Amino acid sequence: MPRTKRARLIRTIQYAVFVLVLLVIVLRVDWATVREGYFNLSKAKPLFPDIITIALKNTVIYTAMGFAFGLVAGLFFALMRLSTVAPYRWFANVYIEFFRGIPLLLWLFFLGYGVPTATGRQLPFSPYSAIVLGLGMPAAAYLAETIRAGIQAVPRGQLEAARSLGMSQPRAMVSIVIPQAFRIIIPPLTNELIVLTKDSSLVAILGVAAGTQELTKFGRDELNALVNATPLVIAGLCYLLITVPLSLLVRRLEARNARAR
Amino acid sequence: MTETVLDGEAIVVRDLHKYFGDLEVLKGIDFHVKSGEVVCVIGPSGSGKSTLLRCINQLESATSGQVLVAGIDVTDPDVNIDAVRRRIGMVFQQFNLFPHLSVLQNLTIAQRRVLRRGRAEAERVARETLTTVGLDDKVHSYPAQLSGGQQQRVAIARALAMEPELMLFDEPTSALDPELVGDVLAVMRDLASDGMTMMVVTHEMAFARDVADRVVFMDAGVVVEEGPPDEVLGAPKHQRTKDFLFRVLNPTKTAPDQSAG
Repeated sequence: MPRTKRARLIRTIQYAVFVLVLLVIVLRVDWATVREGYFNLSKAKPLFPDIITIALKNTVIYTAMGFAFGLVAGLFFALMRLSTVAPYRWFANVYIEFFRGIPLLLWLFFLGYGVPTATGRQLPFSPYSAIVLGLGMPAAAYLAETIRAGIQAVPRGQLEAARSLGMSQPRAMVSIVIPQAFRIIIPPLTNELIVLTKDSSLVAILGVAAGTQELTKFGRDELNALVNATPLVIAGLCYLLITVPLSLLVRRLEARNARAR
Repeated sequence: MTETVLDGEAIVVRDLHKYFGDLEVLKGIDFHVKSGEVVCVIGPSGSGKSTLLRCINQLESATSGQVLVAGIDVTDPDVNIDAVRRRIGMVFQQFNLFPHLSVLQNLTIAQRRVLRRGRAEAERVARETLTTVGLDDKVHSYPAQLSGGQQQRVAIARALAMEPELMLFDEPTSALDPELVGDVLAVMRDLASDGMTMMVVTHEMAFARDVADRVVFMDAGVVVEEGPPDEVLGAPKHQRTKDFLFRVLNPTKTAPDQSAG
């Protein structure tokens, strides 16, 4: 058989197998159960508007607070890692390695239950302090590495040009280097924001009161109340409502960066 | 700050040594530029000419020796180097314009942040300076929208907007397409005829011959020969100068017999 003909045959067989597997899945699934158990409109209706006005809103707020804390602290640790003062570098390294190494869930348990148990009292501004520190401190470790990479990606000539115009080192960093660094890292920063949006679901274990629950906690509570999986599906769709547009934004930014080079 | 008053000397370099690790790139340079003088520094790559230029505004620190700019010892660790750099314009081979700022902002940022000029005055100076380099129609462009030759002229204007007493040029045309070199050299020629003190590291022999008051030939970290362009370029005394000029002026031919050197 000629090579081209054989290649076409193999491709056709591959595609046929793919379609067959899909078909078997679709035919084997009990669609009535799926509709009743996962996409039950009568169970979905009572979720609104609270799932949007409370749960989705809180997910966005907690993520934004964690990210804001992470950005500020992350910039701080990135500058420490690039410092000429060795103890600053060591401190930043220990911080970054610590928070990249421990599971987020363990850290949240520690803040939410470990600290109150050890000290006999709650953190001030509970549960918001636990949420901000719980999400923000680990995020700072990841963001510090991203920001450091961004700063190092700014060509050395930029700093030299700024300094040769008479700018001090801090002034040159603030006016010239850091703005360019953030431009370079907008795509990875957006990715970090997507990850943090999903990680914010872990604050569900903090056992927050009514009105402060976010999507995952809300979905789980409604699962118990309605004895139906539909709330979890709707909560999942709500996450996608945040993450998919962000993901598309990253792709557009990356495409624009690729063109600019 | 040691102020040694040397009337009419813009730059004085005394017994300058510079090591990069174990490599000695400047081996005891004595060099000076008078106020209003145009000095071209030529020599093969790796001869240390760019390093010498970068030692003048302390983008490289001297290992030993003295560098006086307008009578101020810039190798003194207590010198306010930012204050000295304000008085020295620098133009880089790679332009080093700030890509996140418009042409106007490139010219105003150091005026405003370093010289503390108001917005209106900074913009007026910027527009005037852009007119002198023939780019007043590009105020609102971004560096990426300009050709290499236009970028380098903006870079010259950026340095001039600080109203420096002295301009340093580090191979300003080496990164340009051949047809764009002329515009940049024309701007530099105008600047020279206006009486600007200039130190130019260059491979443009025609520019050196026409514009320089003095030509300095460096090789392997030492000043081999210096004098008026007619002498150094027209009738070089040293074999190393002759070999270099032969190679630069006849790039397609092989070097002459070097045994005489």
